[in-house]
Amino acid sequence: MSQAATTTWEEFMEGVWRQNPVFVMVLGLCPTLAVTVSAVNALSMGLATTFVLTCSCLLVSLLRKLIPKEVRIATYIVIIATFVTVVDYLIQAISLALYDALGAFIQLIVVNCIILGRAEAHASKHPPLTAVVNALGMGVGFSIGLFALGSVREILGAGKLFGFSLFGEHFQPWVVMVLPPGGFFVLGLWLLLFAAWGRWRQRRQGAAKGVTQHA
Amino acid sequence: MNHATQTLPEMTPPAAMIRTLGLIAAICGTIIVAAYQGTYRAVQENKRIALERAVFKVVPGAQAIAEYWALPNGEIAKVGAGETAPADAIKFYAGYDTAGRLAGIAAEGAAKGYADTVRILFAWDPATRKIAGFSVVAARETPGIGDKVTKDRDFLANFPLEAEPAADGRALAHEIRTVKHGSKAHAWEIDAIAGATITSRAVGRAINDTAQKLLPRIAMHLDTLKEKP
Repeated sequence: MSQAATTTWEEFMEGVWRQNPVFVMVLGLCPTLAVTVSAVNALSMGLATTFVLTCSCLLVSLLRKLIPKEVRIATYIVIIATFVTVVDYLIQAISLALYDALGAFIQLIVVNCIILGRAEAHASKHPPLTAVVNALGMGVGFSIGLFALGSVREILGAGKLFGFSLFGEHFQPWVVMVLPPGGFFVLGLWLLLFAAWGRWRQRRQGAAKGVTQHA
Repeated sequence: MNHATQTLPEMTPPAAMIRTLGLIAAICGTIIVAAYQGTYRAVQENKRIALERAVFKVVPGAQAIAEYWALPNGEIAKVGAGETAPADAIKFYAGYDTAGRLAGIAAEGAAKGYADTVRILFAWDPATRKIAGFSVVAARETPGIGDKVTKDRDFLANFPLEAEPAADGRALAHEIRTVKHGSKAHAWEIDAIAGATITSRAVGRAINDTAQKLLPRIAMHLDTLKEKP
């Protein structure tokens, strides 16, 4: 891989893995907990956010030399709100059922801190290509996080995945999982899992280093 | 150049700020208008399909619908495209079967439930003068408890439910009421689900609130509504 391709890949993976908005930065929890009652809702919310994030970062990056720093926040919010409105109309045109299921959380993408955070911390300082790749990575990472929550909550809370029954007639749904507390339980468990895995990896690396030093 | 001006940070001239904000507002405005225009037809079509589906679900045998206002003076009027509601008018949908005959009337009702307002669509059968059934339009009731109102067999057995407009044409002959589980004594009472009383009551109140005003108005115009317009 060439130098440029490596940087682009690194840029993309930052959001997907190393700085995952849900599991590492723990940002944007409002939609994370509220709309992840089913895998479809979670994925749609993830895609909608990715769209807004990518388009906003592209526009912010294109205009970055033109935007005076005194009015940058106002500018970012206007740009983000524009794309949220676009996504709002698009979802209504695609499916009203989905629109009703996501409810006010589509409009609330405006105040999702991941998007304003990316515009301020990344897109305003980088050229369009880098900004878009980074934003796409963050969007994919956010979607993965939402999907991880949504699928687990739908399986446990309704016995289904993407609306298909998994366990047959006799499954008694674990209703609390699709209620608000279930969101916290499942998020907590995922965070625990990632923390445990991180620690295990660290210990293994430490052990490997110890062995080499000893040798 | 004196010392004070040297330490001052560089300031953007106001004209530049206004120019940038104006430019961005223009770009964003264009994008929003384009998105609205581009999706308008699809959104309207989706809304129409969703409404038809909802009415067909509650009015058995309906194949086509017509939208009407029931005006407070007792008259009815067809809903024009994009028209806003006249004061105190109630919207209702007349469902027609394949032969173009009136299959039933559907209307929306809303009442406070356990978590939020429960909005339902109910159907009235003019032939039997009974509420044939209902479906939930929007509700945030507890899954597994409040949402039983659409699944519980005993609760659904409350329908058809008597809803006879009174002779004076002002209200229903009997108020539709939700009563405690197991104490239903009349054909116009709804037997609540044990454990989901609040949502059961919301359904009863939603039907009653609309039916009290709407059904007497409709009953006077059944001849006009009989055939598909």
